[in-house]
Amino acid sequence: MSATAWQKAEVAGPKKALVITKPQVVSAMIKRAKMPIMIAGHKVTETAVSNKLLVDYLIDLVGLAGIPVVATAHVIGEFDKRGYRPKASMSLVDVCNRLTDASWSLGGTGSHDLALFAGHDYYMQWLALSGLKHAAPQLKTISLDRYYQPHATWSFPNLSEQEWCNSLQQVLRGIGGQ
Amino acid sequence: MKLKVKELKTDLGTFKDLEISLGRVVDESWEEPMGPTPYPSITDLRQWDRTLLERYKPFYMPFCDLCCLCTYGKCDLTAGKRGACGLDMFGQQSRIVLLAVCIGCSTHTSHAREMVDHLTEKLGRGYRLDAGNAVQVEAPLTRLVCGVRPQNLGDLEEVLEYIENQITQLLAATHTGQEGDPLDFESKVFHGGMLDHVAMEVADIAQISAYNFPKSEPDAPFAEIGLASIDTSKPVVLCVGHNVASGVEVMDYLAANKLTGKVEACGLCCTAIDITRYDQSAKIVGPMSWELRFLRAGIPDVIMVDEQCVRADTLEEAQRIGSPVIATSNKITYGLPDRTHDDADSIVNDLVHKKILGAVILDPELAAEVAVRTALQVAPTRTSMKKPLSKEAVIKRAEECVHCKECLRACPNGLEVENAVEAAKGGDLSKLVEVYHKCIACGRCEEACKSHLPLITIFQSAAEQVVKGEKFAVRVGRGAIQDTEIREVGAPIVLGEIPGVIAFVGCPNYPRGPDDLIEMAEQLLRRNYIVMTSGCSAMTIGMRRGEENKSLYEEYPGSFSAGGLVNVGSCVSNSHITGAAIKIASIFAKRRLRGNYEEIADYILNRVGAVGIAWGAMSQKAASIASGCWRLGVPVIVGPHGIKYRRMLLGRKEKREDWMVYDARSGEKVYVGPAPEHLFYVAETKEEAIVVAAKLCIRANDTSKGRQIKLSNYIDLHKRYYGRMPDDIHLLVRTMADVPITMKEEILKILEEKGWEETIIPDPTLLPRMIRKKVE
Repeated sequence: MSATAWQKAEVAGPKKALVITKPQVVSAMIKRAKMPIMIAGHKVTETAVSNKLLVDYLIDLVGLAGIPVVATAHVIGEFDKRGYRPKASMSLVDVCNRLTDASWSLGGTGSHDLALFAGHDYYMQWLALSGLKHAAPQLKTISLDRYYQPHATWSFPNLSEQEWCNSLQQVLRGIGGQ
Repeated sequence: MKLKVKELKTDLGTFKDLEISLGRVVDESWEEPMGPTPYPSITDLRQWDRTLLERYKPFYMPFCDLCCLCTYGKCDLTAGKRGACGLDMFGQQSRIVLLAVCIGCSTHTSHAREMVDHLTEKLGRGYRLDAGNAVQVEAPLTRLVCGVRPQNLGDLEEVLEYIENQITQLLAATHTGQEGDPLDFESKVFHGGMLDHVAMEVADIAQISAYNFPKSEPDAPFAEIGLASIDTSKPVVLCVGHNVASGVEVMDYLAANKLTGKVEACGLCCTAIDITRYDQSAKIVGPMSWELRFLRAGIPDVIMVDEQCVRADTLEEAQRIGSPVIATSNKITYGLPDRTHDDADSIVNDLVHKKILGAVILDPELAAEVAVRTALQVAPTRTSMKKPLSKEAVIKRAEECVHCKECLRACPNGLEVENAVEAAKGGDLSKLVEVYHKCIACGRCEEACKSHLPLITIFQSAAEQVVKGEKFAVRVGRGAIQDTEIREVGAPIVLGEIPGVIAFVGCPNYPRGPDDLIEMAEQLLRRNYIVMTSGCSAMTIGMRRGEENKSLYEEYPGSFSAGGLVNVGSCVSNSHITGAAIKIASIFAKRRLRGNYEEIADYILNRVGAVGIAWGAMSQKAASIASGCWRLGVPVIVGPHGIKYRRMLLGRKEKREDWMVYDARSGEKVYVGPAPEHLFYVAETKEEAIVVAAKLCIRANDTSKGRQIKLSNYIDLHKRYYGRMPDDIHLLVRTMADVPITMKEEILKILEEKGWEETIIPDPTLLPRMIRKKVE
């Protein structure tokens, strides 16, 4: 299935993200990953997923899957307030820059093999993912945001709010959530 | 310099077709010895650049996977592939950055060239440059880079020739089959940025001197800014762009013909800043993002464009409102007839009677006369154009929306345009007003709209009451920083007692409206940072009233001192910001300036806590301005859209080996921590930007008292915006004396947990030649 970028002028090139048509694929990739990482941006507290905020959804997800979180921008405090302590606070470009270094990981040993992104301005995530596509061949990336991100390895297509909520719920269920 | 003599008879004999070439004339009256790199070539400072780039490595983020710059291509450079020319993606991206910087640098240089040529023609090569009585180091960048001390307008020509030559070489390096190493591309980027700052300095000291702009005046006068500051009952001449020559002539023509106060002269973008430096009866409409708004409001009776940052569709927009356009620069001619050599009467007649839509007039005096006379005649016929849409008309147009959401997809900031239009259908215009507040008026939504709605006009009309209140006060650009100011604050800046110098510069491509910028400036002023500003950012900072109904310019002094808000002027005045950093090294620390780039940059990197924030940076000029900061050791933070510059320069604070410097006293290598951590950084939010700015002010040479103050601000801001302590305190505390007293308990616990060990505070340098005593 093909998809177009949400901001239409953002034409990526020959290598475009595979479209997530079955959210269970994301669950399977998370379960299969040896060292996943979640990179959460400032929009996690501005974006609603069904009857809660994206930040609350992500806390459920990473809690179930055991994924360490890097909170970008100033958003770490929002996780703290909810009783979840992210592994690190780093800028979006800082963490992506480090992810291009196969010898770096949040835990200090090994190399991350899967990075999930959520809650960034569309164009910022677009370029951050591009940086990884070109400089981090060891890494697979998934955008969990609502709009198609062609520079990711996997991305949802452009979805309505309801479709997106449903998809995220299915991802959660796929890893054992409610 | 070349001398040609057809025939010269001397005692020695007769010489025919004699040609003598002279190198540069050295100013023997300047006692300061020449440093190692006067007029540096594109490789002379490469070692310094690579030293910086080893610490602050590029992180590339390509827009797309392709290179499409030559007919070998398009070439797919995805993930390690090379193109037909052999270049890989990192090389290609650094090449794109260099291209952007060449565009930016050449734009300022061309501006400077036009200004110097114009003023030389008017005033002569011998016209004395004068930056003000309190300024002895009148051209710090020119002195530093070129090793010359310009005294007259004519002295600037040689400097411009050097820059023009260097830009040609830099641009040549971007050709297919030239440079291939990303870091060497980046070194050339730095070179272009350095040249850019010299070019800006040339342009500004020429115009300050010739037009008698405020000369380093902390108490520069105020001017009015905002749409509501324009009296629409009078004929209105709008000047748009950056080259003030024709705007100055407008003010002179008005004065000479007793029309001052009877005709509104106003400006957009940097021309606006500069005409108010000349005459405060001129008004500033706002930064460049106000252009489409102002045109759609139908207010200007004549639109006079010069150069840079002028919308390419100005002529089409002018036609919509029935206003003639006068193009005064050979860089923007819009297909209009060149009437430079016609008499004013005939041009005015043709414009007033719409025989022509506009005219190219490359003589500033003639352009000014034509603009004012045309405005006087056209204005009475245009009164009906100067009204916004009624509420009923807004609702009626809103009903044409077909909910395709193309506006949402086109908006660079994802503003909820469709929802606002939907609400307007039911008579609720409040959401349109919200969009107006955040909108940068780029017009992309209109281009996408399937119903061809004039959305910018709709937002503005809905916000009519808001627009009526848009009248503020801005202190006009003061020019350079006085030598005496540098003497007074040099020590507290270098020792760290003033927590930092933070410059808000660049374009108004704001992610969430102008308020973020104003809030950041205010927060830093309250904390006694020196806040400098220029160009569109300087305008934006003045466009909000605080609790006492005052703009920040009315609340804070204009001096280069703790808590001062220093508007240096227009885009080209950015040179005074880097110039101030250089002058701290020269005047306060008495380091030699002349042709001594590396030493001064090394000093600034390690000692002067200066940071630039280009929150809405959009242009190639902003790229070159930033590049000039990087080579000089000044970090730059950009707002979210700045990520589209596609390359950051990032330090890795956990890599201890990256943060070693020489102690100039002993030659030993010493760990100084990540100070400053990055050279080019993009922030997602204002909260992130302000915290990172406070951190990037930290320098290796801070005294313990200074480090305490800087850490206090960093930690306090981090707690306020991030809600917890930063995770890198242990990397920024060198000795126990660095620990802020009020936070001692908390910090000591962290230091213990992290296994922190005390280090020394060195006399830091990255240059081996600065070591005074070699290690035995």
